[in-house]
Amino acid sequence: MNINNDRTKYRFLEDVAIADIAFEAYGKTLNELFENAASAIFELSADVETIDAVKKVEFELENVKLDNLLYDFLSEILFLKDSKYMVFKNVHVAISEGKKNCLKAVLEGDRINPEVQHLENDIKAITMHMFELKKEKNGYKATVVVDI
Amino acid sequence: MRLVTTNLTYKEVQPKLKELVDTMFKTVPSGVGSRGFVDASKSQFREIMAYGSKWCAENGYGWKEDLERTEGYGRIDWAEPEKVSSRAMERGIKQLGTLGSGNHYLEIQVARAENIFDAEIAKKFGIHTPEQVVVMVHCGSRGFGHQIGTDYLRIFEGVMKKYNIEVYDRELACAPFQSNEGQDYYKAMACAANMAFANRQVILHRIREGFSKVFKTDAEKLEMHMVYDVAHNIAKLEEHVVDGHKKKLVVHRKGSTRAFPPGHPELAPLFKNTGQPVIIGGSMETGSFLLVGTQKAMDETFGSTAHGSGRTMSRAAAKHQVRGEQLQKDMEKRGIYVKATSMPGLAEEAGFAYKNINDVIDAVSQAGISKPVIGLKPVGNIKG
Repeated sequence: MNINNDRTKYRFLEDVAIADIAFEAYGKTLNELFENAASAIFELSADVETIDAVKKVEFELENVKLDNLLYDFLSEILFLKDSKYMVFKNVHVAISEGKKNCLKAVLEGDRINPEVQHLENDIKAITMHMFELKKEKNGYKATVVVDI
Repeated sequence: MRLVTTNLTYKEVQPKLKELVDTMFKTVPSGVGSRGFVDASKSQFREIMAYGSKWCAENGYGWKEDLERTEGYGRIDWAEPEKVSSRAMERGIKQLGTLGSGNHYLEIQVARAENIFDAEIAKKFGIHTPEQVVVMVHCGSRGFGHQIGTDYLRIFEGVMKKYNIEVYDRELACAPFQSNEGQDYYKAMACAANMAFANRQVILHRIREGFSKVFKTDAEKLEMHMVYDVAHNIAKLEEHVVDGHKKKLVVHRKGSTRAFPPGHPELAPLFKNTGQPVIIGGSMETGSFLLVGTQKAMDETFGSTAHGSGRTMSRAAAKHQVRGEQLQKDMEKRGIYVKATSMPGLAEEAGFAYKNINDVIDAVSQAGISKPVIGLKPVGNIKG
């Protein structure tokens, strides 16, 4: 999927975390929620229009708790930024719920290159402050505060 | 946070200011995914985790005197690299020598006569000439320390039930200090602190190289001595007096910094009579302060004071008020040359997003928990 700060997908919260950045992500399904939360991270990290989707990274995660699975998933994106020097623009997630929730993710982006990409926040960590994954009437909502 | 002197005056630096900032913008990488010039191997990185600035000084990235001018001589000796995950190492290994982003910066500042509060102590700290130029660096352990935090947050979450601990915010996940998990974290956190000392130490090496190149003079001749380096986020076992009794306490300074008084046994002999230099960072538009620790901080705040002016406005709100490009132009008109890897990131750091630094200094000064020495005005800035 392509992203473009679509307010139905995620929304940055202005006065929740003064020194950090908070956002809410939404999704009709868990897959959508995870994808939209990842897209918020992508937008914070760079102008995604300046990133080419030329490299693919795939990984799998599992966790008994869905909220911890989201935390691990978003933390993995930061890990890939600092260890593999990757920024992303596209994401596809497939979650199978069960005793252990399993996640398969495919991320598309490119090696970091400040010459061609407009890079923005070097996110240090996903925090557990206010961290929440909630099932709502029409889907799911997550609240995330990232440490900048 | 680190402060370094030069023997140059603003008049001497001003014609070369852009060249200086542009040089260091290249040699001290900042922003998303930047890699530093120290290409450490895994075994070298383990040594850096264990020895901090000491490793740097022994490997050509500093002067011996830098160590006594660093909190704890730039090395936390209870660090144990085995307590750090390989993922944290993977995140941190190439980041030595990078600034990061957010509120991290490298700033060229001027010590003006009208901003001197205590000329005698300023002189002892190496600031003695009108319009003297100094350099301030604010950065830490980068993704490395945060990965250690993330790793142990998850470990603590899993054991809190065992220790009957409940917290109202999951970010406050914890374990008893004397538990295996608590001790493991304490040793891993020390590795992050050592990496932060080392990071600022190798950045200092780059600053010295940059000045040396631009002014075609050795850094020694430019008298680029460190004033001090102090951590902004660290927990340490310290001895304090509680209800008249000496006690060993874990003091966690987060969003605060150490401010030990004259005569404190943990300070190097150099600071025996003055007390520990304290560096309080302000916004990139308004300036920062050098202060000194006091006995009152020891008596009332466990030897601690404020670490910076602190934000009053969220990053998103600041970006709505000004564009980075405009702010950069406005600052240049006011004599502050700023380079940034991200223009939205620059807007987030606008002066109006921060508390008035003078109010913060008045507050810590009136509370008596640190004593102002000199105010430092920015003229050149590198933002991540």
